[in-house]
Amino acid sequence: MLDKLKESIKAALPELDFVMGWGMGYDPLHATPLYMYEPEDVDNLVWGPLNVHNLAVHLPSLKGKKVGIVVKGCDSRSVVELLQEGLINREDVVIFGAPCNGIVDMSKIRKAVPDAHFVHSVETDDNGLTITTDKDTHKLSLAEVMADKCTRCRFPNAVVADHFVGEKREPTVENDAYEDLESFESQGFEERRDFWMTEMDRCIRCYACRNACPLCVCRDHCVAQSRNPHWVSQRDGVRDKFMFQIIHAMHMAGRCTECGECERACPMDIPVLLLKRKLGTVIHDLFDYDSGLDAEARPPLLAFKLEEESIKEKDW
Amino acid sequence: MPVLNGRELRIVGFLCNWCSYGGADTAGVARFDQPTDLRVIRVPCSGRIDPLFIAKAFMNGADGVLVSGCHPRDCHYAEGNYYARRRLEVFKQFISVLGIEPERFEYTWVSASEGQRWQEVVTKFTNQVHTLGPLAPIPEVALSQLAQTTGTDIREEA
Repeated sequence: MLDKLKESIKAALPELDFVMGWGMGYDPLHATPLYMYEPEDVDNLVWGPLNVHNLAVHLPSLKGKKVGIVVKGCDSRSVVELLQEGLINREDVVIFGAPCNGIVDMSKIRKAVPDAHFVHSVETDDNGLTITTDKDTHKLSLAEVMADKCTRCRFPNAVVADHFVGEKREPTVENDAYEDLESFESQGFEERRDFWMTEMDRCIRCYACRNACPLCVCRDHCVAQSRNPHWVSQRDGVRDKFMFQIIHAMHMAGRCTECGECERACPMDIPVLLLKRKLGTVIHDLFDYDSGLDAEARPPLLAFKLEEESIKEKDW
Repeated sequence: MPVLNGRELRIVGFLCNWCSYGGADTAGVARFDQPTDLRVIRVPCSGRIDPLFIAKAFMNGADGVLVSGCHPRDCHYAEGNYYARRRLEVFKQFISVLGIEPERFEYTWVSASEGQRWQEVVTKFTNQVHTLGPLAPIPEVALSQLAQTTGTDIREEA
């Protein structure tokens, strides 16, 4: 399948400035984004559970260039969302898709393999990966180290693709039951508040969550760093960190495709995706809308009905 | 007015200039009795209200937030309150995941002539927030620093 993917990229490359995919990073355990300009660059392409990054994050800044992008199912939804918002042009982007079996969660690997600092080789197959370090060989099943989002994946195949290679995979689940959210919300309000206080306290304000987010497109104009308006201060208190996460979540309302990049990029392992998942389920229930599936759809917060059947207003 | 030892709470009201602010004024001119917990912020339209205004109010110590605009079909700008309705409803349902009771936030519609209705809304909402009591403050400093000054550490309890 990887060979077919390489072939189709090589065939399309003459028409394109470059194609984005994944290559091996600083060690065999880490993939890194790969920019393929020449046919020989394509030979460095990898595909598998280590392709954790959502490359759609690079697309808006490349608007106007003709680029190709390799996507997993979840990444393709971000591309659709960018298309819907007019941040990229459909005719300038060539999308290469392939069925995804799920990706790993590096924090889970770090827990399962304490000596993952010196990795000699990693072999991956459909069911798992074998990690050889300088001390030991670890055999991990994919289920054990898979990212949480993959356990509830509804779109393992790209929802939009110009070139799709390989056989389409059946989704893991038909509907996302939002079990994580349900168990979180079974706690009282005070527990939830205390949970966020302790989580946010760890935040180092690196803004990796924002930088990794394919839909955080304000870049230099982000309100988190603006003095006018001054939404958040430069302090290291819980309040400003929490406020920033609320800003991030609210700016994603009706747009977030729950690709999980914010949470993956977080060096402190703060479960910030939970906030966006809450908004996702609220919007799904109220407006029967899922983002990143239809580039022609009108996002629910940019529309209205004179009578909203689904909104039950308070009766005073 | 100082917050009288918990007998009065901090409630922020965002009122649209054209209807609800006028409605509150009508209630005042008619000398209707109202609770004094609510502090009014006048905005041009309920559609001007970014849900983050409300989030910021909660972060900075509000115990409740009320948003009031023109009735649907009555917006001075024709459709501002329709957009507001969707945004505010999403936000109301969202805040429960933050650990803020959704009852601390309400949005409603009061026209400039409805002084009576304004009195009713303010009274009921104030009572509703009083039942919940004050919202625990979101620490402005890091928890380690907070632990030093107050002697209690949320991190240990959690």
